[in-house]
Amino acid sequence: MTEILFPALAIGAVGLVLGILLAVAAKAFHVEVDERIEKISACLSGANCGGCGYAGCSAYAAAIVNDGAPMGLCAAGGQAAANAIAAIMGAEAEVVEPVRAVVRCAGINGAAADHYEYRGVADCVAASKLQGGGHKACNFGCLGYGSCQQACTEGGISIVDGVASIDGSACIGCGSCVKVCPKGIIELVPKKNKVYVKCSSCDKGAAMKVKCSAGCIGCRICEKACPNGAVTVTDSHASIDYSKCTNCGLCAEKCPRHIIVNEDAPAPAPECEEPAAEAAAV
Amino acid sequence: MIAKLVAISLTAILAQNFVLVKFLGICPFLGVSKKVDTALGMGMAVTFVMTLASMMTYFCQNLILVPLGIEYMQTIAFIVIIAALVQFVEMFLQKYIPSLYSALGIYLPLITTNCAVLGVALLNIQEPTYGLIECLVNGFASGLGFLLAIVLFAGVRERLESSDIPESFRGFPIALVSASLLALAFMGFSNMQFGL
Repeated sequence: MTEILFPALAIGAVGLVLGILLAVAAKAFHVEVDERIEKISACLSGANCGGCGYAGCSAYAAAIVNDGAPMGLCAAGGQAAANAIAAIMGAEAEVVEPVRAVVRCAGINGAAADHYEYRGVADCVAASKLQGGGHKACNFGCLGYGSCQQACTEGGISIVDGVASIDGSACIGCGSCVKVCPKGIIELVPKKNKVYVKCSSCDKGAAMKVKCSAGCIGCRICEKACPNGAVTVTDSHASIDYSKCTNCGLCAEKCPRHIIVNEDAPAPAPECEEPAAEAAAV
Repeated sequence: MIAKLVAISLTAILAQNFVLVKFLGICPFLGVSKKVDTALGMGMAVTFVMTLASMMTYFCQNLILVPLGIEYMQTIAFIVIIAALVQFVEMFLQKYIPSLYSALGIYLPLITTNCAVLGVALLNIQEPTYGLIECLVNGFASGLGFLLAIVLFAGVRERLESSDIPESFRGFPIALVSASLLALAFMGFSNMQFGL
């Protein structure tokens, strides 16, 4: 018994003495920390996603108090956090539009043709440095190696049929995936907007059709369909101005390629116009 | 006596440099060596902790562990002491040198798990001829060795920042290559016998 008790007591005593010394030192070296920093930290999400541009939630809280950083940067906390911070700082709350990320590519396996077979490291950044910007014939397509999946702190991204798919309800809008995607095809869209274009190819319609049977051909039907002038075709693909979009879904209905998605409407059955294998042989 | 202390110091700083020859304490060596200023601060913090740790662990070993016959508790006891010391240094820096405190960031509490600190404490008590003075000098000189290595390396890295490096080598790869070259240079000291 003593051979256990003795060491335990001895080490315990050492720890106790050191603990008391530290407690005394903590009093002697006490630093006044602005209590607002701690209060603000408590309002933030605590996800430490870095979406605000600071090293973490506590760094952002310190920046608000010390450097007057904007109060509405916490995408995860949204309007509630901005209001709470504004109340602590005694300022007007800024309006925060909650956003979520969407992947602007519909080139799933079978729809998008491949240049070649890639067997390297399963990482989009590595794959995108290779000849042709990755194995996909389309240079604006999701490579599907999940770099965004790894960057996501919320576990909201999965790879479905070779294309990243983001769970809109899990997304906190931090933009980590947007930053990491080497193809730049992930976009932050306001949560209230349900309609978005699922393609970002800058190839002309005919050239694009060879590479992918799913993409936007830039036919401008959506442009004409939109009553608010929110949809424009630039760089051979449709883009939506979310400040003008009213979620009417007319563009999605009219789109002959079904590449404009309306999350509120049931998705039409995808139709593959030409087999991808044929395209790969070109 | 003096000759012995000089020999211990030179051995600890050059021939048996903790970072570049023994490869202990690599984490802060790579993590905090981007700027000479912070490297200097980190080096001094480590030197301070190493010196104090050498003294405290010496007393702990000879006044508590050996009389009670529980030398096998060394690692636990030493880690407790080192952790307390680091906490103390942290509080001290936050109060008196806040700029250094924020520059060191997460690496400051990580000195607790810096194996170079535990290393010097354990190596000290393995030397049967070392008394308190020798332990203190060895701890201090090992810290200086760490300081020298990290400051030299920070100087190299500051130069690297502005050099034209092939894209795939930028950042950590080239830092690791330079660290190994620096270690190679220090290996030149390793066969020197400083009158021991």
